[in-house]
Amino acid sequence: MSLTTYIIFAIIKLAIVLFVLLTAVAYIVLLERKVVARMQNRWGPNRVGPFGLLQPLADGAKFIFKEDIIPDSVYKPLYIAAPMIALILALTSISLIPFGENWKIAGYHVPLEITAFWNGNSIQDINIGLLIILGITSIGVYGVALSGWSSNSKYSLLGSLRASAQLMSYELSLGLSLVGVLLISGSLSLRQIVDSQGGSIVNWNFFGRLQFIAFFIYIMAAYAETNRIPFDLPEAETELVAGYHTEYSSMKFAMFFMAEYCNMVTVACLATILFFGGWHSPFEALHIAAPALWIAISPVFWFVVKVFFFIFLYIWIRGTLPRFRYDQLMAFGWKFLLPLSIANIIVTSLVLALRS
Amino acid sequence: MLHQVLFIIFGVVCVAGALNLLLQRHPINSALSLIVVMGALALLFLLLGAEFVAAVQVIVYAGAVMVLFVFVIMLLNAGVEEHTRGSRVAIFLGIPGLIAFFIFMCWAIGSNGSALGQARIGSFYVPTQELGIALFREFLLPFEVTSVLILIAIMGAVVLARRER
Repeated sequence: MSLTTYIIFAIIKLAIVLFVLLTAVAYIVLLERKVVARMQNRWGPNRVGPFGLLQPLADGAKFIFKEDIIPDSVYKPLYIAAPMIALILALTSISLIPFGENWKIAGYHVPLEITAFWNGNSIQDINIGLLIILGITSIGVYGVALSGWSSNSKYSLLGSLRASAQLMSYELSLGLSLVGVLLISGSLSLRQIVDSQGGSIVNWNFFGRLQFIAFFIYIMAAYAETNRIPFDLPEAETELVAGYHTEYSSMKFAMFFMAEYCNMVTVACLATILFFGGWHSPFEALHIAAPALWIAISPVFWFVVKVFFFIFLYIWIRGTLPRFRYDQLMAFGWKFLLPLSIANIIVTSLVLALRS
Repeated sequence: MLHQVLFIIFGVVCVAGALNLLLQRHPINSALSLIVVMGALALLFLLLGAEFVAAVQVIVYAGAVMVLFVFVIMLLNAGVEEHTRGSRVAIFLGIPGLIAFFIFMCWAIGSNGSALGQARIGSFYVPTQELGIALFREFLLPFEVTSVLILIAIMGAVVLARRER
């Protein structure tokens, strides 16, 4: 594939993925409001359009037309840059996620991943994809940290201090929980990690390879990374008004909001790829005959189903659990998750060494 | 060609970030320019093919160490700093030393330019697996000694921080 066709396909893929991602983000917000409402015996938004389905459009229009207030005492360059940093970094990581194997369109092989290409006989992707995603998440702290500091407000500063401390503490367990998966698949490339889980549901890291402890560490650390309940102390509204984005209004606030939900989608995608077999169907071992169209679509279908499950899990937990206290949060991260993830690494590598 | 263009872009970003780090009057701006320097360095590593080092540079330095720096600056709420004119030693020894070093580098590169050859994209490519094997087989002792050193530094920091009680 020549450079020009690669760039053309990359731009088309970028446009489609961004459109789907941003629409998904808008509708995840609606889904969250609806599901949490049903869990609390309410109806949720149901006025705009049938079943309230046009509510995200109304929300978007409201955000755009609201007055954009910049308080006098803020440090302007960073105050304006912070939401952009948060949103750009949240959107960047989706470009490394593989959604499926390969589509043949008009004689061209098109891998279903923005940064991958077809080199003649196989798919070439970034072979340290997982590390790059971890790097992008670790830089994502700056959006939160700088917004709180530059707002020049006590609530914002407290929120962003909490966020930075929390993100750094949980990044450790997050990174270490992935080591077990890496030991099994022997690669940092997301595509190869998925390939190593193919064949049958038994080969998924969660079921057959006994990485469910790593999965629970990952999902808890990831909830803390995305500032979601039960770890949403940076924006605890009972204590901090709204945390780090207290002083933001209009579209700048919406950018933080979108960044948070984009991060949720990325976390759900990574959980799918690392522990639940990526685009592989759970019924693969049965070898059911299917029409060609379904064979082309089914990887994307199963990927989306799994991602949807994790998004729903997020909402479900939000509707169920109360917020941690701050010292409990730190003790949980350092005294429970970290030793557990190290134990998981030791046990996994012992089992692998004894087997080989 | 592409390597040279990219190298010049990231090299200029790196040096500009470093200069900005010194010239800014507010600590948080200095810290942010240091992050830019770290990021540009990571991209330079990536150009040479050291992908793992580049990723670790971003994760550890830009993502963890610098967050601590920014965290401390935010916590202390450090204000605008005053610029002094610099010590005499810096003026009378530093500037001639810098010029001498610059001339020496120009001479060294100029006289051996053809023998040194040229780096291309990925000319020092090392897969992560081989890096790991080298680190844990051939360089195991230095690796362990370094980790003990870091452990001692952590313990020292804890002792210093707890002294007041």
